[in-house]
Amino acid sequence: MSAATAADAPLLEAEGLALQAGERWLCCEFSLKLAAGECLALLGPNGAGKTTLLHTLAGLREPSVGQVRIGGQPYAAWPALEAARFRGLLVQQQPDHFAASVLETVLIGRHPHLGRWGWEGPQDERIAREALAAVGLPDFAGRDVLTLSGGERQRVSIAALLAQAPRLFLLDEPLNHLDLHHQIATLDLFRRLVRDDATRPGGGRGVVMVLHDINLAARYADHVILLDGRGGVRAGDRDSVLQPELLSHAFGHPLRRFEVDGRATFIPD
Amino acid sequence: MRRPAGRRPGVLIALLLLAAGAFLWALAAGDLPVTLGDALAALGGNGEGTAAAVVRELRLPRAVSAFVCGGLLATAGALMQVLLRNPLADPYILGISGGAAVGALGAISLGAAVFWVDAAAFAGALSAMLLVFGLAHGDGSWTQTRLLLTGVIVAAGCGAAVSMMLALATDTRVLSMLFWLMGDASGAARPWPALAVLALGLAVVLPFARDLNVLARGELNARALGVNVTRLRVALYVLASLLTASAVTLVGSVGFVGLIVPHLVRLAIGNDQRVLLPAAALAGGTLLLLADTAARTVMAPQQLPVGVLTALIGVPVFLFLLARHPR
Repeated sequence: MSAATAADAPLLEAEGLALQAGERWLCCEFSLKLAAGECLALLGPNGAGKTTLLHTLAGLREPSVGQVRIGGQPYAAWPALEAARFRGLLVQQQPDHFAASVLETVLIGRHPHLGRWGWEGPQDERIAREALAAVGLPDFAGRDVLTLSGGERQRVSIAALLAQAPRLFLLDEPLNHLDLHHQIATLDLFRRLVRDDATRPGGGRGVVMVLHDINLAARYADHVILLDGRGGVRAGDRDSVLQPELLSHAFGHPLRRFEVDGRATFIPD
Repeated sequence: MRRPAGRRPGVLIALLLLAAGAFLWALAAGDLPVTLGDALAALGGNGEGTAAAVVRELRLPRAVSAFVCGGLLATAGALMQVLLRNPLADPYILGISGGAAVGALGAISLGAAVFWVDAAAFAGALSAMLLVFGLAHGDGSWTQTRLLLTGVIVAAGCGAAVSMMLALATDTRVLSMLFWLMGDASGAARPWPALAVLALGLAVVLPFARDLNVLARGELNARALGVNVTRLRVALYVLASLLTASAVTLVGSVGFVGLIVPHLVRLAIGNDQRVLLPAAALAGGTLLLLADTAARTVMAPQQLPVGVLTALIGVPVFLFLLARHPR
């Protein structure tokens, strides 16, 4: 895998993708492509398969039909650690069973950057501290993760993902447990990472995120994939997918669209 | 905060010194008092007479056995806690010691010689390991809960078999069975293979210690960070089982060390497996060596079961450390 080919190819491509959970089809065949600088939101009701789709895009699950490529190559062609430097996954919060400092927890994200015998050096620690500052927890390095609130723990997980420094961010409900201010701050942070650094050396970055808030998706996403929970998929530009009829159908609840200061807003009836 | 760098070498050096001190005490203490100088001379091969023979042929093998057994159990316990992501896991939780007990008691009830009792214990431990692995892995999925439940059930089955063999055995054999079950370092004359297992086990696992750190945070996360979770788990399971089987065969199912020592070390230096594993091996070995020496000296000539001593030493230390780190 040469860095040059990876830098030119789209960050993420899915071709003719279809997913099955047991006997049930979660989504029929569809394709997607994510270029550097773009942000994609996955929307859909509970159990529609958003997490399954995200894990498939992360290469942790084989698609039932079709192929997923990152940087132009299928996952099978990527050594696991190289893939981990290219794409990072924020998983839904899992309970901690052992005490550990916040800094140690963020440094876990440096794993794919270190050799078999490597120890985290001052450079890794600097990256981890910057990541903590980026999520608004600059003074938390010494805290025990077992003492954190749900929202603080979520931000520590986001910091660990930032320390991993992938080009493709795959976020499973990144706003879980976050208060309003930190929801916006988190989405702003990822938008800044994706937009401002589109031309940085080594290639720009992109985000795929599972969201529950349609209005935040309308505000931050360039593309949207809407799963309706019955196998139907809509994929496309934000404005072509975020239509009140499509959303009402998918979520099983009538929604209305308003324009507020030129910004699309969806309100349930 | 747990700032690693400064304290790590310090803790390991302190543990090494403690271990050396425990060895000196173990060689010098007993019915036949030996001065430290004579004990060291005997070790160097210069000593003459009864004292040197006692040190070289009785106390040294016993001390090494106790140390190796403690080191094996503490390392296996630390590995099991990561494998099952469960702070309550210990080396025996998946039925290894139960399998070993069934093998050993079966051999005793047939009147087998010591060597065959050991061999049967090791074979029983490996059978339990394969049985649990096969049952838990049956359909390809391998969740921690499934593995844990399978292990607990197999352990319960072994417990029933042990009780039955005790009930059916003749009086003299019951005594040697109970002796085996409580664990006893006095009969362990050949600790060197187990020492090799401990050294090899650490040598195999230490290059993967950072992978274990990642795995301890959750399986999905570990896979996304490039860790081959399936292979790592199988390797962990087999390694922890082999370490436990060696310890149980050498000394017996000494309780407590495998559960508590990893926690003691974790409270002192944090949960970085790269330091935790060697530190746990040293601390576990030292704890069992101290306990065994105390067991044969405090009420001499009466010998106490060493498992009682490990609990008496470990419980207060553990409670003290726990109180020092309020959550």
